[in-house]
Amino acid sequence: MSPLNIKSGSSSHSAYDLRDPNAEVIESHTLAVIVANEAGVLARVIGLFSGRGYNIDSLTVAEVDHTGHLSRITIVTRGTPQVIAQIKALLARMVPVHDVHDLTEEGPSVQRELALFKVAGKGEHRIEALRLAEIFRAHVVDSTLESFVFEMTGTPEKIDSFAELMRPLGLREIARTGVAALSRGL
Amino acid sequence: MTQSMTGARMVVQALKDQGVEVVFGYPGGAVLPIYDEIFQQNDIRHILVRHEQGAIHMAEGYARSTGKVGVALVTSGPGATNAVTGLVDALMDSIPIVVLTGQVPTFAIGTDAFQEADTVGITRPCTKMNWLVKDTAKLSETIHLAFHVARSGRPGPVLIDIPKDVQFADADYVPREKIKPSHYQPKVKGDIEQITRLVEMIETAERPVFYTGGGVINSGPAASQLLRELAEATGFPVTSTLMGLGAYPASGKNWLGMLGMHGLYEANLAMHGCDLMINIGARFDDRITGRIKDFSPNSRKAHIDIDASSINKVVRVDVPILGDVGHVLEDLLRIWKSRGRKVNKAGLATWWKQINEWRAVKCLTYNPSTSIIKPQYALERLEALTKGMDRYITTEVGQHQMWAAQFLGFEGPNRWMTSGGLGTMGYGLPASIGVQIAHPDALVINVAGEASWLMNMQEMGTAMQFRAPVKQFILNNERLGMVRQWQELLHGERYSQSWSESLPDFVKLAEAFGCKGIKVSDPKDLDDAIMEMIRYDGPVIFDCLVEKHENCFPMIPSGKPHNEMLLGDADTKNAIGARGAVLV
Repeated sequence: MSPLNIKSGSSSHSAYDLRDPNAEVIESHTLAVIVANEAGVLARVIGLFSGRGYNIDSLTVAEVDHTGHLSRITIVTRGTPQVIAQIKALLARMVPVHDVHDLTEEGPSVQRELALFKVAGKGEHRIEALRLAEIFRAHVVDSTLESFVFEMTGTPEKIDSFAELMRPLGLREIARTGVAALSRGL
Repeated sequence: MTQSMTGARMVVQALKDQGVEVVFGYPGGAVLPIYDEIFQQNDIRHILVRHEQGAIHMAEGYARSTGKVGVALVTSGPGATNAVTGLVDALMDSIPIVVLTGQVPTFAIGTDAFQEADTVGITRPCTKMNWLVKDTAKLSETIHLAFHVARSGRPGPVLIDIPKDVQFADADYVPREKIKPSHYQPKVKGDIEQITRLVEMIETAERPVFYTGGGVINSGPAASQLLRELAEATGFPVTSTLMGLGAYPASGKNWLGMLGMHGLYEANLAMHGCDLMINIGARFDDRITGRIKDFSPNSRKAHIDIDASSINKVVRVDVPILGDVGHVLEDLLRIWKSRGRKVNKAGLATWWKQINEWRAVKCLTYNPSTSIIKPQYALERLEALTKGMDRYITTEVGQHQMWAAQFLGFEGPNRWMTSGGLGTMGYGLPASIGVQIAHPDALVINVAGEASWLMNMQEMGTAMQFRAPVKQFILNNERLGMVRQWQELLHGERYSQSWSESLPDFVKLAEAFGCKGIKVSDPKDLDDAIMEMIRYDGPVIFDCLVEKHENCFPMIPSGKPHNEMLLGDADTKNAIGARGAVLV
């Protein structure tokens, strides 16, 4: 978990929090919030972040349990350990929130994002774009004589680097879904 | 057996099911069907307010003085927006109220219809939870859930927005006992391991202090009783926030008085110098802590709170205990007793010796006067003449509020209603009416400043109509006293807009409302005037002309730690630095 600036061994299940409580280090955490699928719940969750000045780096939401009327909100946020703890407590006390999981703290997790890239170009650029797409395992989901739309899933970092490579080759637009994440194992 | 009825009837039925006796409200187009139902029954009393903000504060006063959930009913659009200040007030002070708002019919929502406002959108950050009910079949369930949410866990305001067509439509009524239990069930029992750790600290602490707050009162009378037992048994000193006054009796021998920005010298120095701070249902508010870096630097801290987000929010604590104050104190006492009721007797004796030296400073001393009524003197006399009566006090916000907290003594919980977190001027008068409606035979006094009082003075009409004999004890300094004090201390004595000009003649105003007005300016007449106010059977507006430039001391200036208190005017020169001036 080195990119997340968390010492190994620190987790909410550990008897001791190994982090310096007063550390000003900024950590990135991925939170999975299980909420009742009701009107206004997303607004309430987002309002918490805007109202108290917390960051949202990425947000995805969709119903995951139709019979139970439950939605899963995946939020990637940043802050000091104290701010992250505060965010989790504030989310957990909300009436329509059933569960809050800190995937970053609870152990290894997989994080994926889907992105669409529209790349326009002719000749060498077009061939190069196709070749790179193959390396990144991006699929062509639309093509004209002058453009492609690539579809790719991967970590946010992978999507960033593909976008970087496409930029000189005629990248016109990107659409990203934001991160969906699950913990590894059972 | 299920029963089909209109949404409007369902509202009244659900309120009855919840044991509601009084609703504070104001009718309008979008709630007419509900008002029609209220007209056709006698179980629920409706108190017609003069402004929707008044309805919410009355519901708050009712809730705080009874421990029950307060209920308000207002119309759509301006009715709902007028309620917003009261909702935030209740949210900040954790007061359980249910607010019902009318809404334009579902088919008109989003069309900018007459008196349409996005009520759930506007009130989302102002409520613990809110709902727009678009289907009559879900209405009764939502109302029952709303009461559950308002009173469970950390209490707070909830709002239900009910479109007019939903009030007219028919559906089956779901009784209270038939609704499926909510997943929202906050944990009330504290972790036994953490409680045991706190007991160990209690056994050895040399300089302990109980720092109690509104959570003790919200937990119910049993929690106050347990606090008293714990304090008496351990011999530890007790201080409280503004919100928690009355949980431990002012006449109790361990009582240090209120702490915080205008708290007592002995209370603040005990907080600063303690080696064990036991926070019971308080939240380390900025009015309490002063400069965080220097807040009680040498103590271990325990924090009992029902809201996990209050723990470690401002001050990092050593022993966090998540749970209801009453439940935790019960376990705490049981464990402490079973381990032999140990305390550090020698340490405590020295600690009390130190505290008594601080008490000897007599920080509430003021310069008396024989020609002008000092506000502190007015409150001392009010206290002396009403002590022992069945008395409830509400306040507005400002200097008078702090003096009331300093000079009035509260012997029990639920006797003191004041806007703590939000600091809402205009709170006290409507709150006093709400209290009086709940306790018709009690003496209910609103200690007010003239500026605050004017903000909701229209509610005197409500007091008259419903024969609520509330006493409006106005300390009239013709100033926005607290603003004036800060301008004196922080802004070079430039008194920008902080005086009250063109004030009404309060005696004539009282007569205009049909109640009694009393004006007093000579200290010699004060006692008789107060007695006249108490004896009068009806609302009184008491205009007490006081010293105009009195400052409220002690005071911890913004940005200073507890041990740098100002005790009087002589201390105020250059007391607040540039960095402190930016703080509120």
